[in-house]
Amino acid sequence: MLIFSVFKTLTDQVVTVELKNDLCITGTLKSVDQFLNIRLDKISVVDPERYPHMMAVKNCFIRGSVVRYVQIPATAVDTQLLEDATRREHASTHKR
Amino acid sequence: MASLNGYINQRVLLILQDGRCIVGTLVGLDNRADIVLSNSVERVYSPDEPVEEVPLGLYLVKGDMILLVGELDTEVDDATDLSQQRAEPLAPIRYGHE
Repeated sequence: MLIFSVFKTLTDQVVTVELKNDLCITGTLKSVDQFLNIRLDKISVVDPERYPHMMAVKNCFIRGSVVRYVQIPATAVDTQLLEDATRREHASTHKR
Repeated sequence: MASLNGYINQRVLLILQDGRCIVGTLVGLDNRADIVLSNSVERVYSPDEPVEEVPLGLYLVKGDMILLVGELDTEVDDATDLSQQRAEPLAPIRYGHE
């Protein structure tokens, strides 16, 4: 749930999504849902020589379960705040 | 909410888990992201032969199988000469690094 909130704050940022088939897609993050499905606008593929398959695609919907990494701009996240929040969430779910 | 509703009646490209690329008009979907395409064709890429388009007609794809749905810019797509394109087919998805 925390990561979902983080992604919601990242809308309109330019991100690069690496899929589990090694395809990397850069685009503007338009929206994200609870499954971390991602909608990207104004997309471009990293290494278009090798992957011309998506040349005519303007925007896309990516299934959350096939995303390996999302590269986000370092300036878009407050790392300290995120660390604290993840620890807090961990602590609250592992209380005995 | 990232939804697929905006893609209805648009030409879309589906990339499936096994690496297949299917182009068609999105005519139906449900909340599991199962998708119905009409006038669909599979684009088969190979490194030393032109892209082959295999007509599939009306096609239903289960949501679990779908990796990506992309809206096609029909002008760019129509202007693309598939017979000149050479590429490796997309890899199927892998979990972890084996």
